[in-house]
Amino acid sequence: MSYNFKEIMSRPERLAPGHRMCAGCGGTIAARNVLRALHPGDHAVIGNATGCMEVSTFMYPYTAWQDSYIHNAFENAGATISGVEGAYNVLKRKGKLKEDETFKFITFGGDGGTYDIGFQSLSGAVERNHDFVYVCYDNGAYMNTGIQRSSATPMYADTTTTPVGSQSNGKPQNRKDLTNILVEHDIPYAAQTTFVQNFRDLHIKAEKAIYTPGAAFLNIMAPCPRGWRYNTPEIIDICELGVETCYWPLFEVIEGEYHLSYEPKKKLPIEDFLRPQGRFKHLFKKGNEHLIEEFQKEVDRRWERLLKKCK
Amino acid sequence: MAVDLEKLNLKAPWQDLTVGMMIHEGGTSKEFHTGEWTAVKPHVNENICRQCLLCVQVCPDSAIPYDGNGRVEVDTDHCKGCGICAHVCPFGAIEMEGF
Repeated sequence: MSYNFKEIMSRPERLAPGHRMCAGCGGTIAARNVLRALHPGDHAVIGNATGCMEVSTFMYPYTAWQDSYIHNAFENAGATISGVEGAYNVLKRKGKLKEDETFKFITFGGDGGTYDIGFQSLSGAVERNHDFVYVCYDNGAYMNTGIQRSSATPMYADTTTTPVGSQSNGKPQNRKDLTNILVEHDIPYAAQTTFVQNFRDLHIKAEKAIYTPGAAFLNIMAPCPRGWRYNTPEIIDICELGVETCYWPLFEVIEGEYHLSYEPKKKLPIEDFLRPQGRFKHLFKKGNEHLIEEFQKEVDRRWERLLKKCK
Repeated sequence: MAVDLEKLNLKAPWQDLTVGMMIHEGGTSKEFHTGEWTAVKPHVNENICRQCLLCVQVCPDSAIPYDGNGRVEVDTDHCKGCGICAHVCPFGAIEMEGF
């Protein structure tokens, strides 16, 4: 697919200003840039799992979405959008919709609504291979309710349910690798991306995900300044460090074939990604060097495993 | 049926609410001015700006509009002053300034 920057930027904005997400939120950056991948003239139906994005963009009587929008509950965003897509297909078949209008189905969910609570309905929806895209903006905790750990929270992160103290070094477990779990559902398209390379990678993957017939999954790392406790303006630096340290590798899986989108020339040590974030502050205290080593080992293990799959 | 936002204040009787609390048009949040949240706003130095449009893409509040030819003035009614645009600008053309 071609990438014409001027043409892409001149597309109309599909997420209006005035929503109540925090200043510097990564979630809305993800949503705006995914929606820009929709071709002009095409309509979207947007589903949304409960989370920051749902409660802040859709406060009656204000909606930030220019397209149709449906929210149901925390655990059934996948099932809701499958129902909408099914109804659309029936109406289209019966000739009750305009012939020349195209609708695309996109669901947004945070990591809580995707990795944990909404996982069963997402798994069911992709198994039935509905023609939709599930976009997970992964900020690594339940940020909406006050930074509780989720299964996407990285190891040793300080959250309100895994607080750091004399008895605890933060979350003891490692994070779930959801993109690979979705790949194993044997869906036509799955990819992982974040805000790097001036959004080129995100745009191309979003366009492929939206216009691939069948179920697609997009996992986007979207830093949260409140929960990660970094300096708010530095969001893009954090994303770049996530990619350069191989904590968040960029890859896509088309019909089961792995493709690595970017390989760092020189892999940076994981400290570079952890240091700017307040939730990992305790790892840099004297005597905690072994925790960083553990973290690095885990990142290396996953990176090697991904490289093997991409060959 | 369009929602009359003027009528839907905190004192609105239930009869004025839409059935099922549905909203019948898109982008009504524009009426809500989140620009009040901040005391700092980005100021763009037009002589330095090279229209790379990175700020337009990174703005979490869709507050840096693009009109088809280039970036236009920052929408201060909605900008929350997060400072991401000033930090990413490769030419240092954006500065965060108090009112």
